[in-house]
This record gives sequence, structure tokens and C-alpha cells, in this order.
Amino acid sequence: MFSIIRSMWITFMHMFHKRETVQYPEQKNKLTTRWRGRIVLTRDPDMGERCVGCYLCAAACPVDCISLQATEDEHGRRYPEFFRINFSRCIFCGYCEEACPTYAIQLIPDFEMGEYDRQNLVYEKKDLLIDGQGKYPGYNYYKVAGLAIGGKDKGEAQNEDPPVDVRSLLP
Amino acid sequence: MDEATINHLLIVGGVLGGLLIVAPGLIWLERRLLALWQDRYGPNRAGPFGVLIVLADTIKLFFKEDWIPPFADKVVFVMAPAIVMITVFFSFVIIPFAPGIIVTDLNIGILFFLAMSSMGAYSIILGGWASNNKYSLLGAMRGAAQMISYEVFMGLALMGTVLLANSFSLVDIIEAQRGMWFVIPQFVGFVIFFIAGIAETHRLPFDIPEAESELVAGFHSEYSGMKFGMFFVGEYLGITLISSLTVCLFFGGWLGPDFLPPLVWFVLKTFAFIALFILLRASLPRPRYDQLMEFGWKILLPLTLINLMITAGVVLMREG
Repeated sequence: MFSIIRSMWITFMHMFHKRETVQYPEQKNKLTTRWRGRIVLTRDPDMGERCVGCYLCAAACPVDCISLQATEDEHGRRYPEFFRINFSRCIFCGYCEEACPTYAIQLIPDFEMGEYDRQNLVYEKKDLLIDGQGKYPGYNYYKVAGLAIGGKDKGEAQNEDPPVDVRSLLP
Repeated sequence: MDEATINHLLIVGGVLGGLLIVAPGLIWLERRLLALWQDRYGPNRAGPFGVLIVLADTIKLFFKEDWIPPFADKVVFVMAPAIVMITVFFSFVIIPFAPGIIVTDLNIGILFFLAMSSMGAYSIILGGWASNNKYSLLGAMRGAAQMISYEVFMGLALMGTVLLANSFSLVDIIEAQRGMWFVIPQFVGFVIFFIAGIAETHRLPFDIPEAESELVAGFHSEYSGMKFGMFFVGEYLGITLISSLTVCLFFGGWLGPDFLPPLVWFVLKTFAFIALFILLRASLPRPRYDQLMEFGWKILLPLTLINLMITAGVVLMREG
């Protein structure tokens, strides 16, 4: 009997507590930089696309919401011919970001992407690609990789020695 | 039509209209108060303080598909929600809102109310039975047992005030409280009446016939649209009814200091009790079914009988 009255009193005193509700559209919570929201494709410092179309994000995606087609330009640089993310399927797990070897695909702190038409949730490459470097400024995959592409031969990458002519090592 | 008839019709219309406004208003009030006690805001977007949510809810209920399950007993299924509304509305006939503002001052007022609230049990039983669904049936059985057993203590708890006022008429009972509100000599009666009242309206914590977490929604799980709405309105009117009866029987009805008109006193007191109903919902968990029955028959029944005997003894001693 006493405990009933006590619990009613405690509930009653909650009248004078501060309310926890965040009045969302007017008042927004601060999102941290590592918040997993909308997915973007970033560019390297030279404004080239970072994505090399390796399909690792599509393979890592647990809900199969990423689809892309890799192709090569005249310099031998790989890039996605199309890159499509179906955000009505995406669960924002961030596995694609973890799988990406070139820091191209990144999740950013933005979640306000509601649409009236479901089809509008399918983002094409032009919707995904941003003119920025995202979380890893200064990183350029082709500048650090040993792969030869047009305009950059073997041995010309950062911290890379010129290739050794194996025949010159013969005794 | 002479003036008395018009006046009477005005009162009837006013009571009916007032109740039809209060019932959906209570839904808003309950959601806001629950939110207040749970550190939330509740509906606060539509209109000032979110009152228009009621309008939106009503429109939504009217436009929902009014589905009668093919396995249901159609006639009974349609009748059940009407019964709860009718009985509750009939009970309001005997409530005196202020001197002169009463639909009819029956000399068997309280007995009429008890009869009507017993009839209300039919809506639960018939609704659960006609749904032809095991959860509904379980809810209906629980509801029947709960309402019938709590009816007993409810009636007995009231008899103390009836003895003191020497009348079944609510107007006489209120007039008898001019010296002292009956809550002081009849405190046990008040507590038991209020507990029984919660059980009668099957409100939380005694919402055992509905028991959302056990029985889906109990007796009204098959109902939709405005038929469900009628159960809902019946429940909220039931709260208003029990609150206003508590005020009439134990808290002096319209009596109060002169700076406010009697009707305002009545409404204020009633709303205080409605808020208490909602506070109970916010704070107490639902007891188990057997606990409810045990509490009723093993604690409340002996208590009411003792209370009644002592009151009767005191009344006899004063007369003798």
C-alpha cells in the first residue's frame, strides 16, 4: 500500500523534471563526425574520382544495395561506369566504407533524405559524387599505389624507388 | 412547448454535447499528462498545445475500414459497442452538475447507476463472444468476472454515504454534505469506491480485460473504425462518470466557496479525479488476474462490510 502511494508520488514529481524530448525540426542534435548517415563518393586532391571499381563495397554490403560497373579510361585508370546505391535498402552499417581500399566510399553525418517517391531513393553516381575529399584529405590512391597508369609510370609513386632492372643484378 | 420543457431539453442537450466534447478531449488530456509524467511532450503540433490531434484522430477513425470479420456473429458484434455508450450515457442522467442542472433527479439515483454499470458488462461479454476469437473471449471472460465481482464492493462502499444522507438521490446526498464532505467519515468507503471504479471502467492498472501485452487488445481486438471508437469513447466517458460520481458522493459535488459558480467547482473537482485516474495509469503496473480477484474478495469485501456495519452502528447510535 505504501509502495503504491510512493510510486504514484514519484511519478507525480516527474511533472517538475526537465523534458527529454528533442523538438526535432526546430532543434537538432549534434551529429558526431563518425556518424553513419548518407553515403557519398569522394574525390582525391586532384579532383579525380577515388573509386576504382573494385566491387569490394558491393561484396561487403549485407543487403546488396550497391551496384556498379567498372571501366577504364584512356590512361588505364579504373573508374565506375555507373554507381548506384538503393537507399531504401541501405541499413547504414558502414561495411562498404570499411571494405573500400581507396577511401572512396564514405558515410557522412546526414540523415535527412526522406522522399515521397520511393524511386527517388535510388541514388546514381551524380547524386553520390561530391567535390571533396571527405574524411581523408590528401589521400590519392594512384599516387601511393605501385600501379602504372598513363602519366605515372612504375617507380614514380610517393616513397617509391624506381624499379630495379633485374637483369642488371645478374653476376 | 412551455418554458420548463425547453429548459429541460436544453439541459439534456448540454449534458450530451458536453460529454461528447469531453470524451475525445480526455484522449488529448491523457496523452499530454502521461507525457508530462514521463518527461515527454506528447502531441503538441496540431493546433494550440496539440488539441487538434483529437480532430485528426476522429477523422482517421471515421475513414478507417469498418470491418466485420466473416467469422463474427454480426448482429451481436455491431450491438456490443453501442451498449457501452448507451449505458454510460444513461448513467449520466442522474449526475447533478449544479443545482438545477440535472437531467432527472431519480429517487433511486445510485441504484440506477449501479444497474447501468452492470449492464455495461454486457458490452464486454457480447463484444468478446461475438468476435469469435480466443483472445477476445479470454478478455471478455476476465472482464465479466472482474466487473461482476467489483460491482459488489462498489455498491456496498456506496451504502455508507447512503446511510449518512438517508437517501439514494444524488441531490440529497450532496445537500447532506453541506456541513462536512463525506470523504472524512467515509474515507474507507471512498478508497474502495475509487478502486472499484477503476476496475469497473477497466482502466489501468486494472485493464485486465484488455491487457494489451497479454491479450493483444482483449475483447475489442477484432473491432476497427468507429466501432472501436465507441468502445474508446465509452471507456473515457466511464472515467468521467466515476470521477463525477466520486465528487458527488464524497467530495460535496458542486459545493464550494462562493467565489466560483457551482458548476465550475463540480468540473474542477471532476477533472482532479480524472487526472488521478491518469496518474494511476502512469505509475502502477497491471496486477495478475488471480491477484486482482484475491484483492477484491479477500481484502475489499471484508473491509466494505466492516465499514458498512460501523457506519450503520454510528447512525443508529445517533438516532437512539
